[in-house]
Amino acid sequence: MSLEVDVEHTRGTFHLAARFTAQPGVTALFGRSGAGKSSLVDIVAGLVRPQRGRIVIDGQTLLDTERRLFVPRHRRRVGYVFQDSRLFPHLNVRQNLVYGRWFSRGAGGVAGDFGSIVELLGIGALIERRPDSLSGGEKQRVAIGRALLAHPKMLLMDEPLASLDEQRRAEILPYIERLRDIGVPILYVSHSVAEVARLATTVVILNAGTVTAVGPVLDILPLADANDGGSVLDAVVAGHDETFQLTRLTSPAGELQVPRLNAAAGSTVRAYIRSRDVMLSLQRPQEISALNVLSGKVAQISETGAQADVRLDCNGATLVARLTTKSVQRLALAPGRPVFAVIKSVSFERS
Amino acid sequence: MTAEEWTAVRLSLLVAVTAMAASLPPGIAIAWLLARGRFWGKGLVDTIVHLPLIMPPVVTGYLLLILFGKRGPIGEFLAQFGIVFAFRWTGAALACAVMGFPLMVRAIRLSIEAVDTRLESAAGTLGANPLWVFATITLPLCLPGVIAGAILSFAKSMGEFGATITFVSNIPGETQTLPSAIYTFTQVPGGDAGALRLTLVSVAISMLALLGSELLARRIGARRVAT
Repeated sequence: MSLEVDVEHTRGTFHLAARFTAQPGVTALFGRSGAGKSSLVDIVAGLVRPQRGRIVIDGQTLLDTERRLFVPRHRRRVGYVFQDSRLFPHLNVRQNLVYGRWFSRGAGGVAGDFGSIVELLGIGALIERRPDSLSGGEKQRVAIGRALLAHPKMLLMDEPLASLDEQRRAEILPYIERLRDIGVPILYVSHSVAEVARLATTVVILNAGTVTAVGPVLDILPLADANDGGSVLDAVVAGHDETFQLTRLTSPAGELQVPRLNAAAGSTVRAYIRSRDVMLSLQRPQEISALNVLSGKVAQISETGAQADVRLDCNGATLVARLTTKSVQRLALAPGRPVFAVIKSVSFERS
Repeated sequence: MTAEEWTAVRLSLLVAVTAMAASLPPGIAIAWLLARGRFWGKGLVDTIVHLPLIMPPVVTGYLLLILFGKRGPIGEFLAQFGIVFAFRWTGAALACAVMGFPLMVRAIRLSIEAVDTRLESAAGTLGANPLWVFATITLPLCLPGVIAGAILSFAKSMGEFGATITFVSNIPGETQTLPSAIYTFTQVPGGDAGALRLTLVSVAISMLALLGSELLARRIGARRVAT
């Protein structure tokens, strides 16, 4: 699956000019609210017709304004999961689920029969219920199932977790991960760094209607938000410590202990570490409460006002610490200097 | 009640049901156009639909007579295919349909406007073309409004007098509906008893229609919230 987007669209005073190519896997559209993420997804789905542009999914052109080509929404075969689920209130869950399947008979796209998708999303018990009797998390799972059963070539998810509380998010994220792992191509809109860090393969950063960065998640995410930066570490679950409800992760940077994850040993996860949660020390700290101490070298220091982002090279992995410029001076930090990064276990984003 | 009175009741019911049923498909189509369409001349269509509500019924009846009469342009054309409105019960149904049309379109239009367009676009992304979206999403969701519109049209038809009597006159057994029959009774000495009987019948039919629509609307509502 590949996705090529190059569109320009003006509505009122808002100008959207986006161009990117996405690789297979989960492509995250990341940006603040009002950056144009939802408009861009609406354009890909055919709900909005842009003034100029070209969209190609898997070699099939859906939009080409130069050739006056506009494939209407019902022939695009993209499964759209909306922020507000949009289940049909006059149909029960089963009828909602099979709604799209009926129109896509005989077509290819994402494979999956009714039973296996219902099982995958854990909605078997809801099948005869009405949408208005479902919780927010259940509604979103049904909405995902409905989109999948229309055999789409690609799933579009517009902040599917935004209207849910922390607990419901944690309930749905594993299902989206499963979709990613069975190879469903997904364009995922989010303004949550934790979600993007956990799910995305490629990140597209959208800022005031323009794409400011595109690339693999490990390279792009640290640039994502200047106010609240962080770093992403790819890690493998080594085991669980049931007594203290912790999970041990092995990453290139070293071993980490994080709050208990609901993942089997051997599975790969991503840890997102906020820059402001990282402390630096010149000697290996002894007798401190923090469980995670990683050794590395200062790679780069970028100062902005009273604060500085210190980029560390921890055995090939990148870790960013946000310090005051005073601390940078006090420790005489400079590129090449070996340091120890201290991270409290509780400060991990469960991503 | 006399046989003649029964005839008037039966004829009125026939005319009203025919008028309601015949105006339902165009009523839904026009309501959808006005609610969702974006086209040049929408205001004009809206005005024309509402004209029978504003104009005196006699004027509407007379215009129908000019257009659909034996020598009217449309009447003459349709007569070639054996469709005749002038001085027939079908003409009474046409007059009633025209008079009830604005009420029906208004009710349906409002309920279509209340249907969330986001649900319609969701159905579109699931592969439903605009016609299917209408049939499977819009129509079921605006059904209470469609029923309300149909009942309004039926009630209006049961009570229509001015346009009907102007267009198709007051022929017992052919075009004499309930209101015309009541009117005739009031014009003859000693007709009070007959007029009263028909009035009671008219009131009863109106109440039944209202009750029926309430029950129907409640059943649809119940189906929608059932878990």
